[in-house]
Amino acid sequence: MASITFREVEGSSPKYWMLFGALGLFVLFGALAWNTMHHYGHVVTGMDNQIVWGLPHVFAVFLIVAASGALNVASIASVFNKPMYKPLAPLSAILSLALMLGGLLVLVLDLGRSDRLIVAMTHFNFKSMFTWNVFLYSGFFGLVGIYLWTMLDRSVKTYSKAAGTAAFIWRLILTTGTGSLFGFLIARELYGTAMLAPMFIIMSFAYGLAIYLMVLAAAYAWTGRTLGDAVMMRLKSLLVVFVAAVLYFVVVQHLTNLYFAKYHAVEAFILRDGGIFTSLFWIGHIALGCVAPLAILLSRLGKQRSWIMVACAFVILGGLAQMYVTIIGAQAFPLDMFPGLNEKSSFFDGEVHSYVPSVPEIFLGLGGVAIALLVTTFAVKVLRLLPASLDDETVAKLEH
Amino acid sequence: MAVNLKHFLALGAVVLTTAALAWAGSDTQPKAKGAPQPVISKAVKGEQCVEPTEYMRRNHMVVLDGHRDKAVIEGIRTKKYSLKECINCHASEKTGSVAAAKDDFCISCHSYTSVKIDCFECHSTKPKGSIAMHPLNAETAHLKHKLAANTKTTVSAEEMAGVAQ
Amino acid sequence: MSELNQNAENAAASPERRRFIGAATATAAGLAIVPGVMLYEVAHGRAEDQAASSAVRWGMLVDATKCATGCDDCVTACNTENGLTPVAESAHPKQAPQWIRKLELQDPLTQMETNLPMMCQHCAEPPCVDVCPTGASFKRADGLVLVNRHTCIGCRYCMMACPYKARSLVHESLNDTQKPDVPRGIGCVESCTFCVQKIDRGDGTTACVEACTASGHNALIFGDMNDPESEISKKLRELPTKQVRADLNLNLGVRYHGI
Repeated sequence: MASITFREVEGSSPKYWMLFGALGLFVLFGALAWNTMHHYGHVVTGMDNQIVWGLPHVFAVFLIVAASGALNVASIASVFNKPMYKPLAPLSAILSLALMLGGLLVLVLDLGRSDRLIVAMTHFNFKSMFTWNVFLYSGFFGLVGIYLWTMLDRSVKTYSKAAGTAAFIWRLILTTGTGSLFGFLIARELYGTAMLAPMFIIMSFAYGLAIYLMVLAAAYAWTGRTLGDAVMMRLKSLLVVFVAAVLYFVVVQHLTNLYFAKYHAVEAFILRDGGIFTSLFWIGHIALGCVAPLAILLSRLGKQRSWIMVACAFVILGGLAQMYVTIIGAQAFPLDMFPGLNEKSSFFDGEVHSYVPSVPEIFLGLGGVAIALLVTTFAVKVLRLLPASLDDETVAKLEH
Repeated sequence: MAVNLKHFLALGAVVLTTAALAWAGSDTQPKAKGAPQPVISKAVKGEQCVEPTEYMRRNHMVVLDGHRDKAVIEGIRTKKYSLKECINCHASEKTGSVAAAKDDFCISCHSYTSVKIDCFECHSTKPKGSIAMHPLNAETAHLKHKLAANTKTTVSAEEMAGVAQ
Repeated sequence: MSELNQNAENAAASPERRRFIGAATATAAGLAIVPGVMLYEVAHGRAEDQAASSAVRWGMLVDATKCATGCDDCVTACNTENGLTPVAESAHPKQAPQWIRKLELQDPLTQMETNLPMMCQHCAEPPCVDVCPTGASFKRADGLVLVNRHTCIGCRYCMMACPYKARSLVHESLNDTQKPDVPRGIGCVESCTFCVQKIDRGDGTTACVEACTASGHNALIFGDMNDPESEISKKLRELPTKQVRADLNLNLGVRYHGI
């Protein structure tokens, strides 16, 4: 098998530092946003006792889900022995670590008592899916870290497949855990289903790969390295499969619910009467996030790199819309404590709850995204993560 | 350098974040020589604390911690080591509180040693009812003149340093 | 160390409490083995150094047929007892904590209206306790579902899990307006405690029940559901009652008649 030269990104151009500075600025805004929320309390957010998880959770869960998906490219290389993916693996691993870090920071900085994070690390209730996730996230950092090490250090290269396999299994369990955060809730109609775990896994494949593709293309375009069509087209086809699978799961979930009279009201809310949530579901998640990318990637447009990027961006935006509907839409619909009766109270029972994210929440969420990108930007400068060239000829040699 | 530091923080992940959070939340007070000494007012009621003063200065947090878990989780609400009882005796006569003004009992030392108190985010800093109305007050009313003569003692910096350790 | 132990023996207690402890300890040996009436007596006025016991299960019976339209005496009493700002006076009503609320129900078909108070149902199988990552949300031995604010990190997962919307997050600083008996604060989740401070004091009732009785409506009865001789147990044997969302099989501490 032909060997591939990995080389650090030089990262001394004004463009690099501008990117770095811009991301740093958003990280700073995120920190300020956290400081505001911590100082005044959640009263400065749009979240209340009705919508208890808001935009920060949309960003956090999206990033965590995407993180495990971003590892996929590496898994294909090591677990499924596809040599073409080998040179793509280190970036995949670092990106997944960075996204996980960004997501977790948003999640913990949104806590009502974020100053007590240490309590979450020292007091455990093992019946809680949240506790399980604490261990899954920590283990993810450990295993992917080791996996990355086996890829970068020749002396431990022999363990790469074992580490890659462990990381792959772990990320599947991890996303099962993330989906089960919602799947294990009995209170709300749209949660409390085993469907959420596999659905989150397939969503992670799609969102993670879309982010990976955009980062890969940007890194190669901005450093003037060659990224051949062979790689792009292969990853593009993979994205098509993942996005189609997401669409399949969403259709099955809603069709099943529509069959049960007890879910009719909540389905009507999401699919027809939910205002912003209905729009986000149909326009954001379904049209932009699934149908449009499929149309682009399967048509002749999918042969052009810029259109592939557009499709990836759509998948990401659609993913954020999906998280918004899944997390906030499900809470906006009132709890049905007395089925068949109209409810009214000073606590907004029986009403659809409205939610408008505040500025600190938006910047906290964006801060998480910025941290993830900043870490990636820095990592490619200090570590040999990117092959010097991924032109078609080099890649073709790997296949033989 | 600043850039490297930022990255170090970012990569240092959760552990560093925790430390940073704890630090960010703490009150910072000037520690230079000549900073105002803590003022420790004598308890308004009662002559003797539940433990010797020296012991309490160093270990009040330990006994409070043990008591709080028993009280909250098991419902054992004995008076000894109860924060409520601390407040009953130590609330200042002026503010009626242990943490309303900077000379109040808890705040005075805690700001001097730069140790954040987390109690009063949730706990009231005042005894039940006004301080004069407190049932224990009648028993200690005869001590009032004594207290008035000697309400405030300052503690040496060395003594406080010992406590802080 | 021996000095410490001695001091523990000297813990101060009010004279009434002392007398009670004496009476309680006199029967202590028998209580350990004899269930029923005696057990119930000690439960209603536990000595202060005695832990809450699983021999007791506190519960409430809500008679919705007696709950008056427009009356919110229970809510007011709860706010006063526990130091909550009434939602009408709050600057942020959607973020204001509410431990108990009056729920008005109407059957769209028959137009039949029902009034009832809704609060933490003190489940025997509480979902909020299951999901809490730190174990801050817990069920006390005597059935009270409480939040240990010392370990609550404000993640609100319990609020996501509660089918009764019983929990609230304290969204802003309370600025030392708390009652000395009811610590509560910013960034922590809270809910109805069945007036745990009153129970531990030996009152054997809650502020809302007292208020409902005082108003003459008598829609609420509080007591030990494990004691067959308690008022609540007798009433529960007579009246048909339901649990809200009985399909979830959470075995609730609050039972409703007339829903």
